[in-house]
Amino acid sequence: MSDMTTELMPAADLLPGFSDPGADARGVFRAMLEAISYPGRVVPLPMALAAPEPLNATVAAVLLAMADLDTPVWLAPEYATASVRQYLAFHCGCPLVETRGHAAFAVVTPEDDLSGLGIGTAENPEKSAMVIVPVPWLGRGSELQLTGPGIQDETDISVPALSAALLDGFARNGATFPQGLDLVLAAPERLICLPRTTTVRRA
Amino acid sequence: MGDQTARRRWMGILARIPGAELEAALDRLNNRPRYDLLRGPEIGLAMVRGRAGGDGQRFNLGEMTLTRCSLRLAEGGIVGHGYVTGRDRHRAELAAFCDALMQAPDFHDRLETALIAPAERAQREAKARVEADVATSKVDFFTMVRGDSA
Repeated sequence: MSDMTTELMPAADLLPGFSDPGADARGVFRAMLEAISYPGRVVPLPMALAAPEPLNATVAAVLLAMADLDTPVWLAPEYATASVRQYLAFHCGCPLVETRGHAAFAVVTPEDDLSGLGIGTAENPEKSAMVIVPVPWLGRGSELQLTGPGIQDETDISVPALSAALLDGFARNGATFPQGLDLVLAAPERLICLPRTTTVRRA
Repeated sequence: MGDQTARRRWMGILARIPGAELEAALDRLNNRPRYDLLRGPEIGLAMVRGRAGGDGQRFNLGEMTLTRCSLRLAEGGIVGHGYVTGRDRHRAELAAFCDALMQAPDFHDRLETALIAPAERAQREAKARVEADVATSKVDFFTMVRGDSA
């Protein structure tokens, strides 16, 4: 049960969360598992969801399914609006942290460079941040060539607006493995995951 | 802050009103507003804490089942929360609906006189009865101070 005091704030624009919390959270978990197991595969979001502006439905669904009282979440200032904060406080009860190095889940802009995010420790590389990047759309294409575990030969994807700084940041995973960052590219109704084992080449 | 105290009072009363009484009071309202569910009704656990003697160290007494519901009135967007003990989902929903209506100027006074005030009286009387009953068996423990140090 989340903190009562946060729930008693004025909540005129508070949106409902999952319509069937158990089944929907399992559905999102399953979709992410598939996306992480097959890097580059475009996995559809298994349900419709009204997300608080400016988040898209996929970002909101991933946070609803994954974030709870024990998962610090960091939001880029662009996304940390009053309605988003209220939505997460009400539905997830997750602490919103100011320092992104403390985050288990971080929502960063596609222009960001991934610096300062937690990559885990040598003993516990799994304690790294999962980085959620909202993008306007994504699909198969030839912009980015992916290779690595879970990919037969090569997968090509097309994602607009991913900056060179972000891709360079992701490439640093190669130097720190097994520590590193895992990316979720979240378009409004679908997602692609790029785990730290994936190598991305720009065409 | 005065608003919160008032709301705490009626939420506490609503949490103790039986579902049938909530239903009956809401049935008597004409033009009952529509609402959308925000969360639940869902059943969960809450840890109940106590203090030995009322002012000692805090300790966990045990977990209890409770059901909560949050909803929003379709017009005006007022959000109501209901928390009730036990597993009665419908009752939690009704309590949340009443909480929302108590915040709506059109319904506040009607619901206060028809439901909240009478229930408060009934709950206070029931509590007084139990306390009077228990008071007859009250034992005050005390320790005699020995005069060693005198």
